[in-house]
Amino acid sequence: MRAALTHLGAAVTAGIWRLGYGARFFAYLLVHSGTAFRRFRLTLREIYFAGVLSLIIILVSGLFVGMVLGLQGYDTLQRYGSSEALGVLVALSLVRELGPVVAGLLFASRAGSAITAEIGLMKATEQLSAMEMMAVDPIARVVAPRFWGGVLSMPLLAALFSAMGIFGGYLVGVVLIGVDEGAFWSQMQAAVDVRNDILNGVIKSVVFGVAVTLIAVFEGYDAVPTAEGVSGATTRTVVTSSLAILALDFVLTALMFTGGN
Amino acid sequence: MADPAIAQIEDLTFAYGREPVLHGIDLDIPRGKVVAVMGQSGCGKTTLLRIIAAALLPTRGRARVLGQVTADLDRDALYALRRRMGMLYQFGALFTDMTVFDNVAFQMREHTNLPEDAIRDLVLLKLEAVGLRGAAPLMPAELSGGMARRVALARAIALDPELILYDEPFTGLDPIALGVIARLVRQLNDALGATAVIVTHDVAETLPLVDYVYFMADGRVVAQGTPAEVRRSGVPFVEQFVSGAIDGPVPFHYPAQGYGADLGLAASA
Repeated sequence: MRAALTHLGAAVTAGIWRLGYGARFFAYLLVHSGTAFRRFRLTLREIYFAGVLSLIIILVSGLFVGMVLGLQGYDTLQRYGSSEALGVLVALSLVRELGPVVAGLLFASRAGSAITAEIGLMKATEQLSAMEMMAVDPIARVVAPRFWGGVLSMPLLAALFSAMGIFGGYLVGVVLIGVDEGAFWSQMQAAVDVRNDILNGVIKSVVFGVAVTLIAVFEGYDAVPTAEGVSGATTRTVVTSSLAILALDFVLTALMFTGGN
Repeated sequence: MADPAIAQIEDLTFAYGREPVLHGIDLDIPRGKVVAVMGQSGCGKTTLLRIIAAALLPTRGRARVLGQVTADLDRDALYALRRRMGMLYQFGALFTDMTVFDNVAFQMREHTNLPEDAIRDLVLLKLEAVGLRGAAPLMPAELSGGMARRVALARAIALDPELILYDEPFTGLDPIALGVIARLVRQLNDALGATAVIVTHDVAETLPLVDYVYFMADGRVVAQGTPAEVRRSGVPFVEQFVSGAIDGPVPFHYPAQGYGADLGLAASA
């Protein structure tokens, strides 16, 4: 009993310590982000690796999610004679929820894991120590450009996911099933609000981008410098950032959409 | 007049946790010399090198490097100190996402405002010094172990450091690559007028190369002097280490209970 309590206490203390270390890491990262903006070429390179190389999975997933929404939405709406509202259903589902959340989950698996593995391997092969010995701060030179590259990529990927999803819904609803094209687009245009829906969706995707990329760079930087350590850190990135996205989504949705919007 | 010692370690104790790995070390690195720190794996020599590099701070005692006490330095002063040093890591630690050229140019681009033309000339000069000018466009993954070590050496001397630190520079190299690295360490040090500290356990290559040797065992300096002096020192550990004898102060057998007792013979006797 006593041993179990000691073990539990040690685990809680270690968790809190790591949370504090992560917070200090984040603060240090923000303070030393100047290089990422002064030499924006470094950040652009990371936008390519985190953003551009994630495009295929984001676009294909967006298309299929939109197509499924079109099928499921039509099936339900036509029972109530409201099939022309399909465009609204598809667009609101994607812009408010599925776009940021699913794109965030895909981004965590595709780009977050790659960022952790890359930084972790740089640590394991002493590249970060070598940089430090050359009087170059690895957080400013390696971590900050990757962090900002991810943060800038994520809202763009979420927007593309939603756009592709709406196109998928259009393909199934209008082209395949035959919902009126005018009603599909005009009702969508009338019901989707720029501030309440699109802006809130963008805010969600920015928050998810910060959370996923921060977890990814921190896990890589804090990885035990062995093959096993890097593998564990990569797994933790995917698990932790996926849970963080879902938890943050609930909090943000509660804050954004409970005022009768 | 310049201080004759470029690095001084005074009564240094260092512990990672509670158990010290270095005990009361006193050591001077004379300016302009090639100095080796030798000993078995785990004797604390790499820890000592990291203390000289100010990557670790003493638990007790003092490390004075290039005229500055490392424990007193803030981040900016530490980075200013490190710009005067170069370090060669055991396996090179080349940046794997950059070409050989960009690896050597890295510090020049980070710390100087030199135009790209001048950087190109300097990088080719450094690569020529290690015989790898032709490898400039290659990626680290395309290099052999020996070539990677030579590129890392070119990178370590990119800004003409006053103090060059070598962490196990001969590990894992074939005899030709090993001979090349050993010759380069000496030649580059003499050409640059720098000081070198080599942490290694490679006796055959190191002793003919260096000016002074410190032998370490169990976190302590057990012998020191010129290579000729340590060979004659009569210290049992040094004699075993230099000759490679399998038994001596460092025993062949890991401590265990009696062999007979382990085989159950004592009980039946």
